[in-house]
Amino acid sequence: MSNLNGNPMLPQSFRIERIKNETDDTFTVELQPSKNVMDLSFHAGQFNMLYIYGVGEIPISISGDPCSQDSLVHTTRVVGTVTKAMRKLRVGDLVGVRGPFGNPWPVEEAKGKDVVLIAGGIGLAPIRPVVNYIIANRHAFKNVVMLYGTRTPKDILYPREIKLWEKKHRIHTFVTVDRAIGNWDGNVGVVTKLVARAPFDPQNALAMACGPEVMMRFTVRELQKRGIVDENIYVSTERNMKCGIGHCGHCQFGSEFVCKDGPVFRYDKIAHLFDVWEV
Amino acid sequence: METKNQKQRILPAGEFNVFLKALHEAGYETIGPTLQDRAIVYDKISSTSDLPVGWSDEQSAGFYRVYRTESPLLFDYNVGPHSWKKYLHLPNLLLWKAKTNGGGFSFIEDDKSVGKQAFLGVRACEVAAIRKQDKIFLESEFIDSAYKKRRENTFIIAVNCTKAGANCFCTSMNTGPYAHSGFDLALTEIIDGNRHFFFVEIGSATAEIVMNKMPELELASRHDSTLVQNNMREVSYAMGKSIETTDIQRLFYDNYDSNIWEEIANRCMNCANCTMVCPTCFCTTVEDVTNLTGTEAERWRRWDSCFTMDFSYIHGGSVRPSGSNRFRHWITHKFATWHDQFDESGCVGCGRCITWCPVGIDVTKEIKSLQKSKATV
Repeated sequence: MSNLNGNPMLPQSFRIERIKNETDDTFTVELQPSKNVMDLSFHAGQFNMLYIYGVGEIPISISGDPCSQDSLVHTTRVVGTVTKAMRKLRVGDLVGVRGPFGNPWPVEEAKGKDVVLIAGGIGLAPIRPVVNYIIANRHAFKNVVMLYGTRTPKDILYPREIKLWEKKHRIHTFVTVDRAIGNWDGNVGVVTKLVARAPFDPQNALAMACGPEVMMRFTVRELQKRGIVDENIYVSTERNMKCGIGHCGHCQFGSEFVCKDGPVFRYDKIAHLFDVWEV
Repeated sequence: METKNQKQRILPAGEFNVFLKALHEAGYETIGPTLQDRAIVYDKISSTSDLPVGWSDEQSAGFYRVYRTESPLLFDYNVGPHSWKKYLHLPNLLLWKAKTNGGGFSFIEDDKSVGKQAFLGVRACEVAAIRKQDKIFLESEFIDSAYKKRRENTFIIAVNCTKAGANCFCTSMNTGPYAHSGFDLALTEIIDGNRHFFFVEIGSATAEIVMNKMPELELASRHDSTLVQNNMREVSYAMGKSIETTDIQRLFYDNYDSNIWEEIANRCMNCANCTMVCPTCFCTTVEDVTNLTGTEAERWRRWDSCFTMDFSYIHGGSVRPSGSNRFRHWITHKFATWHDQFDESGCVGCGRCITWCPVGIDVTKEIKSLQKSKATV
């Protein structure tokens, strides 16, 4: 969508069409190009650099539907200066967009297989495009499992959609919370615990995980215990990024530039780095 | 009869100003070594009187001094704290401006044109460093348009080293002391009896255009060529430092957990000097600024260093809060991961990081310690 062949550092201006609070500390913006008609296509797992006037620019994964690209959708958590400023914006305000950047989830390779999706917290946002893609091509995939963990029931993202995934689209969805509050009668505990009893065939499954690094580390272990080989496990990593194009050096993770070699990596390619402290 | 190479010429040292004038006539601003604040640094030069003639330098780990010499040589010193990256990969670059207009704002690309620049006195290690940055900014998936613009307008005059510095190890890194390619012109300064001249090698078509702006230079003889070869051999043998690069990637990948990093961190001040003086270090950050009324915003790109805490900050904290792992990250990138990223080493062996380290941390020594610790395991 951005002018990546011209000057990839120059953002395009987009107008906020909708802004919606999801949970106490997360919200979703829907963006439209402010001037020209623009190609909004992206692959599930890619991210954009979003710029807030005078404040700064940050990488945020695209959480919309890759199969129906009538607007650009980003769900994010309010954690820093830029996201705080972004939440204060209103419908009609402008933001700058560069992208889409990065290596996507292997949705094509997953066809004909069971798919295991594991998300922790805001990690569901970059995985939602995979779910959308699967829904649009449901016949192409076998068993699809979604394992999702949050801190409390109040932190569950997209609760209405999640119900539809299960009911309408034959996606086995298991949600767990760290701390049960209110009238929660579902699973309690870390999301990694759900892997052991999730219904999939380890010999013919692809797993995709996104969440805090520690959660992914344990998720990988559980998946390995089930018998999924490292070549069939994908993880989405996070690093500081300033450019998105492999020039600023900030996102290095061993030999990898997370912005262009990632954020999605096949686990066996980075397994040697996963247990190195502060790499 | 001796057949002479048309691309090898002799420029008498006394004619050097004529050569500079030819560059100016061809439209180039000339940048070269100058003496400022008791260090040899790169700046604009207009004639030979701007060059540090009669000065040389002495270097060791954490030590740099210039001293007076009686020598008439124009280039009798090794690399100082500056590198050419400050003219290609600018320390501060305005990426774009944004201006508010009727409820919104629009982006304005900064597309200032740049003038032609000639780098005079580019050492072989520095030619190699420029080629390494070319790979990052011009030959990867995305192009850095600001770098491209400057690079295309740059004329490189290599000057081969006629002495080796105490912190130099270009022979180990295969980048010097002799520049074989990557230049428009390469000069070797020779004193042979009463003759003081530059052995000139023409490396590009652009160089021919510049040479045509001055009286034709006589062709070099076989004797001159031999003098250059001998000189290069002597410089190679005199190299101050060396490292063994066989299996160097493995060395680092096998030593992520070494306690050497902690030991180095006890000395390292995380000052980032090594990354600022390194001619290949390319990391940058960005800074957003607005005017007082908020009607104009700018985005600046600035050199950054992996030695700062902010460098790897993501929500919740820095990925590399410990100094030991920040040093490990920097040196592992130079000597190991750079190979995976760009099919070559990230180090050119110029020794700047050793000279300008305030506590004298010497990468060649640290690599030897790693190699030794591995051997005893």
